[in-house]
Formats: sequence, structure tokens, C-alpha cells
Amino acid sequence: MKKKDIPQDHSALVNYIRELCYAVGEDGNYETANSTGWEVKTTALDVAWKDIETRILDAKDKVLRGEVSPVLFYMELRLMDIKILSAYTGFWQWTIKRHFKPSVFNKLSEAKLKKYAEVFDISLKELKMEHFNADKL
Amino acid sequence: MQINFEHRQAAHCENGVTTNLLRFSGIEITEPLAFGIGSGLFFIYIPFLMVNNAPAFSYRTMPGLIFKRTCKRLGIDVTRKKFSSPDSARKVLDECLLNNQPVGCQVGVYYLTYFPKEYRFHFNAHNIVVYGKEDDCYLISDPVMEGTTSLSDYELSRVRFAKGPLAPRGQIYFPHLNEKVTKEKFVKAIRKGIKQNVRDMLYIPGPVAGVSGIKFVARKILKWHDKLGNHKTGLYLAQLVRMQEEIGTGGGGFRYIYAAFLQQAHDFIADDRLLAISEKFTTAGDLWRDAAVQAAGIFKGRLTQRADFVNMHDRMYQVADVEKEAFTQLSKLKF
Repeated sequence: MKKKDIPQDHSALVNYIRELCYAVGEDGNYETANSTGWEVKTTALDVAWKDIETRILDAKDKVLRGEVSPVLFYMELRLMDIKILSAYTGFWQWTIKRHFKPSVFNKLSEAKLKKYAEVFDISLKELKMEHFNADKL
Repeated sequence: MQINFEHRQAAHCENGVTTNLLRFSGIEITEPLAFGIGSGLFFIYIPFLMVNNAPAFSYRTMPGLIFKRTCKRLGIDVTRKKFSSPDSARKVLDECLLNNQPVGCQVGVYYLTYFPKEYRFHFNAHNIVVYGKEDDCYLISDPVMEGTTSLSDYELSRVRFAKGPLAPRGQIYFPHLNEKVTKEKFVKAIRKGIKQNVRDMLYIPGPVAGVSGIKFVARKILKWHDKLGNHKTGLYLAQLVRMQEEIGTGGGGFRYIYAAFLQQAHDFIADDRLLAISEKFTTAGDLWRDAAVQAAGIFKGRLTQRADFVNMHDRMYQVADVEKEAFTQLSKLKF
């Protein structure tokens, strides 16, 4: 890539960082220059976020239909998967999968719910099934 | 308390931390040199490690290795510590700062407050330098940022103890300089770096790593298309592109850094073939970017035909061939 060809497209970085790129200068030697972003990367990031949004909405519908507990919704909202959630809460992965079931979730002890609320950065009340209100977020 | 530490922006976080820490110790080193001596260039596909619901790809070596190898090859001792509790981690960090020693930290990106929200995923192999403390705030030099920033005690502790794959566990590291690094040492280190990189890219057994890994993924794309359909394959390709050039992950950018490394190596080892091979890596980097444009067409939903996926496959084969040729030529250099 020639230095003059470094893309300067709009990206989410615009107000934060201009990233550093290595490119070939006029004399054939490598130089560095800043870039505001590259459209191809921006779309790749958009695609990833769109996928996340679908997953969150999906989880929301399922919670509203009473098929799963809010744990799944908040897990998706915080971009986690079961592995990461397991690492943060200290619960085993199969335990978390069980907690996805509303029947199991509704009987969870205060201490366990507190753990989830802490990891998800929400209040205990928001986590409870009967107070579930995803539109607020 | 603030250490007189020079912040220099870098294209990649670990290169940047390595370069900045070594420069603080008085070693004249640049980002490409650190990257090349640490044998940073790589390609690996890790099917069982799912990141954001797509398989993981990496265009560089394991996190931590660039710093480790670069220091080792220059004959510099390294301190590296992991912690089980945030309190002991904080204590050791404060002691280092009191001793006027800036410290490299491995951190998770998700809770990194100064990062744009769009970039904050659960990715745990980001690297920063802590170079001072003022009141409750730690002074941070993040190599991908243009300037320095700061994090509160709580924020720093949180990112140092991020959980999940590659959890940093409060890891800190810094070099100890015992003797001056001579030019001869650099020459030796550069040779060693090139040699290992040749080995990594050409001779690692198994299909997923090195040049053969690129071809493996190329074939996989066609299989994904058969089995998972357009949308899912598009998602995987988006992941491939993001790992290639995104902040803190690198990629096609890495090919350019390696080309820059070979140019700078020429200042130490006067062998003109290095310059010719450097151009090959520039070509490889360009081809990676072209492939990324093709991939973008697919994940945007503009390209949907089977032929478009075959095209992507062919492009990756082409990149693999260029890189293979370049590394084979490097392996034949006898300096």
C-alpha cells in the first residue's frame, strides 16, 4: 500500500483515535501515517454489531414469551457467552444453562441472583422475571 | 508521581508496549524491529475457540510472545508476574512505579473506558503501559492511542482482572537492562527472529497454522457456504476481516509491518535480497486488503453467488502462495 492510498474513511474511531498505519512512501521506504478508518473494516464491525443486536432482540422475545430467564438476555446484552459468564460468576457452565430455565431461575437464592446482578451491572429488581423491561435499556 | 516516559503510538498494542518499554531502558528500537525480532507474523485458525460466535483467527503469534522473544533475543531479562488477587496486583504495581519502572499490563478491552464503545468486546489480550500514579488515577500509555490517558484505580483493576479466554490475571511485565545492547546483538537477534518466523509459517505440523492455515481457511469458506449458508459465512468472513486489521488485533497491517522490518533489518545486515523480499510482503499485504474488499462484498450481501465465494477462496490461495514464496526465500538467506 502506498502512503497516499491510506484510506481516510469515516469510522467509529473518528472522535477518539486516528490509527497508525505502515505504508510505502515516495522513495519506496516504509513510513507511518494516521488513518481515520477504512470503510471495509467499518462494515465488518457493523455486521458484527447487527448480529449482536439480533441476538439481543431474540433473547428479549424469548424472555417476554416466558421461554427463558432474563439471564440469557443480559448475557447477550453484555456481549458475553456462557464461557465468559461462567468465568465472571464462578458458576459452572451447566449450572448457567439450567438458570436459563424460568422454572429454575425463579427459585434461585438471593445470593446467586446478586452475583448475576453484579456481573451484569444491574439492580436485583431489574434481573427478576416479573420486572423484566428490556425497553428501558 | 510520574515517570518520564515517552509515549509513541504504534500500529499494534504489544509491539508498541515492547518498543516503548525498551526505549525507556535506552535501547534504540522501532516497532517493526520489535515485531520482526519477536517473530510476530503468523496465521492461525482456531476452530474450537469461538469469539463473538464466530471462530477465532489470528494473524500474529500468541499474545505475550513478541515481548518475550524480543527481550530474550536481545539478551534482556524480563520480569513477568500474574496475581490471584487484585490487592496484591495493585501493591506490586505501585512498588514498581515507586522504583521508577513503567510497567506493561495485559488487560481486557470490554471495560476499557477510554475506548470507543463499538470496539469494546470481551477481548483480553490488549496491552498497555502504566507509567505513573496521580491521586487515585493511574497514568496510562496505550500504544494504539495518539496520546496518553488515565484510568482510576477501580477501572484499572477491573480491566486487569477481566475474565474469559486469555484472562490476564493482573499480568504485568517489564524488562531489566543489565548491559548495553550492541549492534552485533541486534544482528544476531534479527537473524534468529527471521529464522523462527520461517519455521512458524512454513513448517508447523498440522493444517491450521502458518501458510497452510491460510489455505485451510480458504477451503473452509467453501464448506461453510455449503453447510451454513450465505449469512453465517458472511459473519465468519467479517470476523476474518476484523481480526486482520482491527485495533489491537492486526493483520494485513502486520504484513506491512513485517515488510518494514525487513527494510530496517537491511540497515543492520547489508544484504539486498532483504529489500526484494520486503517488497513481496508488501504485495502480500496488498492482496490481503483486496481479499478483505471481496469479503466485504459478501458480508454486505452484495455478492451472493457461489462464484463469489470461490473467488474469495482463490484470493486466499494467492496470498498463501506469495507468503510461502517470500518465506522460502528468507529461509535460503545465509547471513
